[in-house]
Amino acid sequence: MITFDAVSKRYPDGTVAVNELTMEIPSGSTTVLVGPSGCGKTTSLRMINRMIDPSAGRILIDGTDVTAVPASRLRRGIGYVIQNAGLFPHRTVLDNVATVPVLTGTPRAAARREAAALLERVGLDPALGRRYPAQLSGGQQQRVGVARALAADPPILLMDEPFSAVDPVVRTELQDELLRLQADLGKTIVFVTHDIDEAIKLGDRLAILAVGGRLAQFAAPSQVLAAPADDFVAGFVGRDRGYRALSFTAGDGIAVRPEPTIRIGDVPTGADWLLVTDDDGHPRGWVDAAAHPGGTPVAEADLRLGGTLLGPGGSVRTALDAALSSPSGRGVAVDADGRVTGSIRAADVFAVAERTARDEPGEPPVPAPAVLSKDRPA
Amino acid sequence: MNWAWIDSQWPTIWQEFGQHVWLSVLPVLIGLLLSIPIGALAHRYGWLRPPLVTLAGLTYTIPSLALFVVLPGLLGTKILDPINVVVALTLYTVALLVRTVADALDTVPDDVRQAALAMGYRPVRQLLAVDLPVAAPVIGAGVRVATVSNVSLVAIAALIGVPQLGSLFTQGFQEDFATPIIVGIVGCLVLALVLDLLIVLAIRLLTPWQRAGRIGRRGRSAAAAELAEVVGPAEVIG
Ligand SMILES: Nc1ncnc2c1ncn2[C@@H]1O[C@H](COP(=O)(O)OP(=O)(O)OP(=O)(O)O)[C@@H](O)[C@H]1O
Ligand SMILES: [Mg+2]
Repeated sequence: MITFDAVSKRYPDGTVAVNELTMEIPSGSTTVLVGPSGCGKTTSLRMINRMIDPSAGRILIDGTDVTAVPASRLRRGIGYVIQNAGLFPHRTVLDNVATVPVLTGTPRAAARREAAALLERVGLDPALGRRYPAQLSGGQQQRVGVARALAADPPILLMDEPFSAVDPVVRTELQDELLRLQADLGKTIVFVTHDIDEAIKLGDRLAILAVGGRLAQFAAPSQVLAAPADDFVAGFVGRDRGYRALSFTAGDGIAVRPEPTIRIGDVPTGADWLLVTDDDGHPRGWVDAAAHPGGTPVAEADLRLGGTLLGPGGSVRTALDAALSSPSGRGVAVDADGRVTGSIRAADVFAVAERTARDEPGEPPVPAPAVLSKDRPA
Repeated sequence: MNWAWIDSQWPTIWQEFGQHVWLSVLPVLIGLLLSIPIGALAHRYGWLRPPLVTLAGLTYTIPSLALFVVLPGLLGTKILDPINVVVALTLYTVALLVRTVADALDTVPDDVRQAALAMGYRPVRQLLAVDLPVAAPVIGAGVRVATVSNVSLVAIAALIGVPQLGSLFTQGFQEDFATPIIVGIVGCLVLALVLDLLIVLAIRLLTPWQRAGRIGRRGRSAAAAELAEVVGPAEVIG
């Protein structure tokens, strides 16, 4: 547990970056510091590993004041990832990852072996280990940054806008990878971002900071969306918060209706959209029987690719998206193996959403598997 | 051009060449070793920088001949002692390199510095293991300038009688004889070129990552060119 006890930071020029911040960051989960630019997120984060010293107050890790050990020793036990990865340009990827173990006395050969294993763990080909950072893409560099922070297996990981300099597709990949890693590792992660969507996706807890370093709300994402503490929080989480909150409601209660399917090569009949699957029952796409030339079999080229899928553990938000993104207006529900189980209609999704909003205004249930990939079809 | 004179004087010329080599190289090595901590201090403590850089600039404006003459009195050495030359040229090297080292350390990206700090490097180890290696290409460029500058400054020491290639200039001047002067100029040029080449090679060996970056970029653009052949240039935007 990381404890902020009335921590303030006033810079020499008089700027108050953090003002009397008191909060308890629980161990083994992800806490996201989120807020507008200049509200003191980076300052707060850097006071944990003493890259910045507070002007007043104390920070404790598991009850021990961070000033109790020399700063360099403290830092070697805390992983740190920054926006542009900050890799050492003169060291190979492998040696970058091996940095902290080598600093703490692990023989170089052993540190490199472990580094190679870590590369794989963060989704990189270990062959990249011989390259220099300049020979990697931005997303790859960021993965190396994460591997480097994890190398000494620190219990705490500090991440300062680690994914904000990469394009949206890569950002999503990196976020999913972090969720996967965290499900395995259970580190105490303190993650800084100014992107509320990223905060909701990654955080078990959100610490919403207002300009001037005031803690506006400290709560689970679902709670922040359902019951913002004040106007600042309500404004910050934005107009879509009702829709975003659907991410936290399990889609289990939505009626899955039988959906007839056909295969490639079958002749479509009737005047409605038909769902086409492969021989194993995996969805391939939709075909519009009304527009299909009569009597001819369905070919690959006739398929309108479907929208997103609703898998087990998917949220109401995923279900709604599945329904709205399907050309037939019927969202495809699949089982854990990706086989079609039926279809869902937007009206049914709305019914569930409405019921939840009425029944449990403050505390919508958080479905356990959905934490892993809240916004993606399983 | 009197080839017979060159032939007869060859052992002396060769000896003077050797003398010239160590008189110009040794001060660069000592000067570099001194400049690194001084430059690092100037880089780290902003208030130290203006006085140090000004002092370095002033040192460089002291005429070398004056320094050669004054140093024996200060150091208690004999006027002909080559130590005077080494000390004087070390001063000039430091004067050139302090600023280079401080500027070179400025080029280390802030990300890299912050990352090193956050990983738990202590200041000296960070300087040696991260900052200096990253700054090496810029420092190397300064060392090239200092070395070539030393090769020409050493020659002036002939006026106070320390033998090296510069002695050929005084000899040619006194005897109104062109050959030694030409030999001296060619010798200095060759020496400067060879030393410069050695430094360039050393920098390349010390900074393989610099070329790797370039190879990487070339590799990517080659891949893009291949892609362009397959799909046609319009599709290749990046
Ligand atoms: N070294 C410094 N000296 C003076 N003021 C500073 C210093 N570092 C930060 N500040 C100020 O402190 C406040 C908080 O800065 P901080 O970097 O913690 O914000 P942030 O929430 O991380 O912002 P961003 O989202 O833009 O990164 C800002 O007003 C900033 O200008
Ligand atoms: Mg910041």
